[in-house]
Amino acid sequence: MTDTEVGPVRAGAAHDGRPDGMVQLLDQHGVRHTHPDHEVDLEPEELLGLYRDMVLMRRFDSEAEALQRKGELGLWAGSRGQEAAQVGAGRALRRQDHVFPSYRDHGALLTRGVDPLHILSIFRGTDHGGWDPVAAGVHPYTLVIAAQMLPAVGYGMGVQRDGAVGTGDPERDTAVIACFGDGATSQGEAAEALNWAAVFNAPVVFFCQNNQWAISEPVSRQSPVPLHRRAEGAGMPGVLVDGNDVLAVLAVVRSALERARNGGGPTFVEAFTFRMGAHTTSDDPTRYRLAAEVDAWREKDPLDRFRTYLTAEGVLDEDFEAQLAHESEALAERLRAGVPALPEPDPVSMFDHAYAEPHPQVQAERDEFLAAWEQHDRDVHAGGVL
Amino acid sequence: MEQMAIGKAINAGLRAAMERDPRVLLVGEDIGALGGVFRVTDGLQKDFGEDRVVDTPLAEAGIVGTAIGMALRGHRPVCEIQFNGFVYPAFNQITTQLAKLRARSRGRLSLPVVIRIPSGGGIGSVEHHSESPEVLFAHTAGLRVVAPSTPHDAYWMIQQSIASADPVLFLEPERRYWQKGDVDTDLGPGQVTPLHRARVVRPGTDATLVAYGPTAKLALDAAAVAAEDGTDLEVVDLRSLSPLDVDTVAESVRRTGRLVTVSEAPTFHGPMAEVAARIQESCFYSLEAPVKRVGGFHLPYPAARVEEHYLPTVDRVLDAVEQSLAA
Repeated sequence: MTDTEVGPVRAGAAHDGRPDGMVQLLDQHGVRHTHPDHEVDLEPEELLGLYRDMVLMRRFDSEAEALQRKGELGLWAGSRGQEAAQVGAGRALRRQDHVFPSYRDHGALLTRGVDPLHILSIFRGTDHGGWDPVAAGVHPYTLVIAAQMLPAVGYGMGVQRDGAVGTGDPERDTAVIACFGDGATSQGEAAEALNWAAVFNAPVVFFCQNNQWAISEPVSRQSPVPLHRRAEGAGMPGVLVDGNDVLAVLAVVRSALERARNGGGPTFVEAFTFRMGAHTTSDDPTRYRLAAEVDAWREKDPLDRFRTYLTAEGVLDEDFEAQLAHESEALAERLRAGVPALPEPDPVSMFDHAYAEPHPQVQAERDEFLAAWEQHDRDVHAGGVL
Repeated sequence: MEQMAIGKAINAGLRAAMERDPRVLLVGEDIGALGGVFRVTDGLQKDFGEDRVVDTPLAEAGIVGTAIGMALRGHRPVCEIQFNGFVYPAFNQITTQLAKLRARSRGRLSLPVVIRIPSGGGIGSVEHHSESPEVLFAHTAGLRVVAPSTPHDAYWMIQQSIASADPVLFLEPERRYWQKGDVDTDLGPGQVTPLHRARVVRPGTDATLVAYGPTAKLALDAAAVAAEDGTDLEVVDLRSLSPLDVDTVAESVRRTGRLVTVSEAPTFHGPMAEVAARIQESCFYSLEAPVKRVGGFHLPYPAARVEEHYLPTVDRVLDAVEQSLAA
């Protein structure tokens, strides 16, 4: 027996300190540092672009959460606190690169130009992801933890076979980024993916957002060693980066992608960050973690520190802030109006895409469904199971 | 017309597909220099290179998962699973990703992936080398499941599977790899039986036997023995479990009035339960007797010294026929 009471606990990792060897270009006070291996030199408009992405992403997240609370979404997987990680990684990509996201990578998708309503359609239940994966360069969200990592590696092997690696042509050379969380690193398929990518030197960046909690389980329950050190066993570089520092994430992911495109092979990037909200709107984080831990991370907020830095540098002024506030409000209004207006799927459309080629059993079931639906009055049944 | 064993016919079919389409590539364990544990890929790496016949790490989820990614990039991977009981580590990738990505993307993504699996037992091997997991995949919407039983079908069906825009599980009858037969390699379009069509492989009048893969030959053997006693059995080779060509079976049953199914897979919740259910639905008034099923038992596949008692035999098939005729 122990004398530990049942209740929220502090996770094992040292949250207040900076883990050893973590790449950081902007500390939590907004002070710029340099790094010998990872640097970015951005124009003012590029800096403001990153800031705009992060502000809009946060607004998107808070509006989605509100829509869930109003009953317009069945579920929401929030991303507050992870803006720097997702925007930094997303902005490091080139158009021809391909993203294999997890279900919380909204920021990476927004930087790819995916319509936010297409993301929300998943959580409203009108679609499994309304965007075109080929046109957007973004694979559908994957809910089975780590299951997207092997397809990401295979896509990279396809890229190799297409001769789109190491040509020196920036328009042609292509990399793949696989996004996943700390919990995913425990899956067997994650281990296979890392090993496989290293064995075949595939052009893949493994982008792990260690947000400290896999639903209620702390990262100490996933791994006794820092996650980026998994890379060592697989035979690839592992980099730990401050996931709340957009400049550092951009620098690290950009160089990892460049290495992949040049034929240098895979890299594992651990972005050390924190999920400020619940895992999804279905759980209650106060049951499993202490307010003090959340408060400590609030001090490291990725937007606050970037705003402090940009203001001190004279890059960000009140005019831009006002314009951005206006843009955020317009986005929120678009979501508030757009989500309830998302078209309800035609029920019979569920039969349309299970197979590319005709399947007699599916066709017969479709016909039976249609006949029964007609017979039992489409209006009565139009509301579905609810 | 050439004489070939089933294993050789699949090899020739793979070669033809690879020559025809440079996007086709093979992935699996030991498929290169060794030519696969059953030698089905023999000589292909030598002729097509290591980038098209890829010896992979020992990781079945990896084989299927990366094949999905390659297909998303426009390639047409053919996976080899070394033995039937080794497909389970890949189950997640097959069922949650491969089978569902087309539907989830509203048809925007195409997954032309073939997974070759040696199927069934009878080779006296150790655990997880002799199983019949086909119903797990036939039950999973989004997959196609086919099972050739002759060298001719093996040669053509592997090429049809590779050409399909849907993911196909290709079940190779493990204990028939060395079974020889005629292969007509010169057929043109329209001369090859469609991939998902069942076929009457022996006409008869007294009862219908339905089988696929390794038990198709068993059903023919049983019919030959029955003929000596004056019983005329019709044999239907399903060739495909998903989709299922129920019409061909139903036509046969309407002629004979009786149905006995034969599979190595356990009968309990097995693939032939679906055949039986659909036949009683469509042929209720033509049936002279209840549908009888002969198959494996609801057991983990037994040790090799017992498998001859587990697997259907000619005697067990004929017992079922007798019961059907007596009903």
